[in-house]
Amino acid sequence: MNGINPEVERPHIPWPSHEPGGRPSLWTYSLLASLLFLFAWSYQGSEIRLSELFSREGGGQIVSYIKKLFPPDFSPPVLREAFHGAIETFAISFIGTLLALAIALSVVFFASRNLIYSGLLYEMEPRQGWKRTLRLIPYLCAKSLLNLLRTIPEMVWALIFVFLVGLGPFPGVLALGVHTGGVLGKLFGEVLEDVDPQPIESLQSTGANRLQILFYAILPQVLPQFISYTLYRWEVNIRVAAVLGFVGAGGLGQRIYIAINLFFGNQLLTLILFIYVLVTLVDYLSAYLRRKVI
Amino acid sequence: MNQYRLEKVTKVFDHRLVAVDEIDLRVQSGERAALIGPSGAGKTTLFRMLNCTLRPTAGKLWINGDEVVTLHGKRLRQVRRKIGTIYQQHNLVPRLKVAHNVLAGNLGQWSTVRSLISLVRPVDLEMAYRALRQVGIEEKIFTRTDELSGGQQQRVAIARVLIQDPEVILADEPVSSVDPSLATVIVKLLLEISERTRKTLLMNLHSVDLALAYFPRVIGIKNGKALFDLSPDKVSDSLLEELYSGHLPDNHENGLTDEESKALVYQ
Amino acid sequence: MRSPRLSSINRSEKSLFPYLFSLLFLSAFLDSWWRAGVRPSAFFEKEGREHLWKFLSGMFPPDLSWNFLSLMFHPALETIQISVMGTFIAVVMGFPLGILGTRTFSVGGVLNEADVKGSLSRLVLRWTSYCMARGILSLFRSIPEFVWAFMFVRAVGLGAFSGVLAIGVAYGGMLGKVYSEIFEGVNYRPLEALQSTGANKLQIFFYGWLPQVLPNFVSYTLYRWECAVRASAILGLVGAGGLGTQIEISMRMFNFSEVLTILIILFFMVAGVDYLSAKVRAIL
Repeated sequence: MNGINPEVERPHIPWPSHEPGGRPSLWTYSLLASLLFLFAWSYQGSEIRLSELFSREGGGQIVSYIKKLFPPDFSPPVLREAFHGAIETFAISFIGTLLALAIALSVVFFASRNLIYSGLLYEMEPRQGWKRTLRLIPYLCAKSLLNLLRTIPEMVWALIFVFLVGLGPFPGVLALGVHTGGVLGKLFGEVLEDVDPQPIESLQSTGANRLQILFYAILPQVLPQFISYTLYRWEVNIRVAAVLGFVGAGGLGQRIYIAINLFFGNQLLTLILFIYVLVTLVDYLSAYLRRKVI
Repeated sequence: MNQYRLEKVTKVFDHRLVAVDEIDLRVQSGERAALIGPSGAGKTTLFRMLNCTLRPTAGKLWINGDEVVTLHGKRLRQVRRKIGTIYQQHNLVPRLKVAHNVLAGNLGQWSTVRSLISLVRPVDLEMAYRALRQVGIEEKIFTRTDELSGGQQQRVAIARVLIQDPEVILADEPVSSVDPSLATVIVKLLLEISERTRKTLLMNLHSVDLALAYFPRVIGIKNGKALFDLSPDKVSDSLLEELYSGHLPDNHENGLTDEESKALVYQ
Repeated sequence: MRSPRLSSINRSEKSLFPYLFSLLFLSAFLDSWWRAGVRPSAFFEKEGREHLWKFLSGMFPPDLSWNFLSLMFHPALETIQISVMGTFIAVVMGFPLGILGTRTFSVGGVLNEADVKGSLSRLVLRWTSYCMARGILSLFRSIPEFVWAFMFVRAVGLGAFSGVLAIGVAYGGMLGKVYSEIFEGVNYRPLEALQSTGANKLQIFFYGWLPQVLPNFVSYTLYRWECAVRASAILGLVGAGGLGTQIEISMRMFNFSEVLTILIILFFMVAGVDYLSAKVRAIL
């Protein structure tokens, strides 16, 4: 027996105003329709052949290709090359990330609105139009620079730097450093803009100048977050560093390029295994250090 | 046959915290009983074993003749369906509309597919509306649940139990986070439902007055043990004093504070 | 819990960690610097300066001829298509694996206690599915999408399809891992309440779990889509479709004005996707 009292008349349900009679509004329908259209168009354009994927032909091709890669080639010369490649990749990601940190730190303080021209630090400034505009210029330059650095993908940077300084791991370092510098700069900027204004206000009231406020009130707050982001980016960078060699920027990528073009499938598998181990190691290291920081 | 039969039921968390200590209990179908006692006495843990969320560490628990440890998978869910629980807090999913939270009472008998469809377009909305009308907040049916007050959310939780239509209602301090005026209303509502539909009702109560005033059977729990199990006229003041004495928040025998105990219990 | 004695507060812990860490860091830094062949002087040498000048002067003005732009139209669209399908496949794969790889869904926590105790076979089954899900996700995301791309190119041929598969697999791994982290940070009490009505795991998931984390979930997925657009552009470098193919061609021919045009197109594409996803995020 149900706990609910039976009603004589049908209850009058108060539908919300944008859904009269319980039907979704026109807006919801059109949104759904456009999403569906985007999906269908992409499906058609990307030449997906899902039926082929599951058939003997397509899926079978993938499986037989993977089978050809086994067993991995563990002969000493191959192992030595893979090992050197791994350490080189590590080095590229390490220095590259540090370079990125340096670039980000030098630029971000100009690219934060609340440090350059508005907000607490500038409340008491007379609102002189031209002075404010003057301060806008380094802000805009810094922001655009960061945008430029991070929009151009690392691979393209690598191509550029290979052209500028030649083959080898060095252009890889530069490419990583420059691109990640832009990414970190944006992330740091967001952290700076969300900084807690209380310590700033109290320090300002003691008469400290802007540089002092930066070091005493702002940096201690943001530094752990900066380091955490940098460590997180390192996880991304180790994967990128592993493949930059494809365009000539050293590391495991370069050796993979050779293995593919010479059809050395077993060597390829060994190199892939090394990438997997290296990436997992860096992931753990990064997570461990991040826990220590926070 | 007893609806519930407990024999020396014990629950120990993390080898340190003895929340329930060898409780014996028998509850008949259709009975109404109130459990009182200081906070941290183990009443909530007892309920969580009664509704098959936790398993006893030791002892035996029978529900309608089935021993609880033998229940798994589908059988377990069927038994759970017959027990409706109202918690003190966090009964409901905050971001869902009230209608969905209420209709969730059906989940025990809906297939997975049907319940997913209902999320898009509520199935059997009229029943939800009637249930909400019974607890007096039918106009909130399309409001987001986290926009309701604590008392309103408790009433939604009751509506959900109405929809679920179980054989047993377990109410774990349903009125502790609610205004005193509303508290009596809610307690009386649950009692009325239990009487009319002959459902078993077990209620944990903070307020000794409500327990003694409205329930034919009062059980006192202290330190995980059942101190007494009597009708209210036999519950003397000295018994009550013994029940609530010696309770200091940060000084338990096992060396744990109230906070730590709570953390262990709720993982 | 007893309060700490005064003497133990005064005695500061002399841990070795900061010293050890600095030493390791310094040696890693020096070794890496040498190993990576870092030569800042490269830019100031004659050859370096020549190349730099050639590059900068060759870039401007960007090639905005109608010829070239119309040629870029199709690869640009293809890049978007690859990113959409790739992200879609990534979600299709990452979502179930992420759920299975959430400890509190599969093996632990209040949702599993009663079900699993006293039944060893169930426990083993749950642990197996949990570990396998995590293992697969780890494998998928630790191999860079670039590597997946050229493996798929070898397996199913050149073109957009390989790009879609590569992104689907690699991003599926990433999405799955982050999804399980998002899922674990939920309030479990409403889930316990749902369970008490007799709901099964999937019902609990869709009624209580997913609604709690929906904003985070969608937000991260959209963010991955943005990354996918950039990744799709690059995968063309190994022949997996999109703008990347053209970038490679233009660079090899030292046609820097074309490269600049492509970069500008890429910039606008990413900005557009950025704007769209911000709009969708605002709705939630």
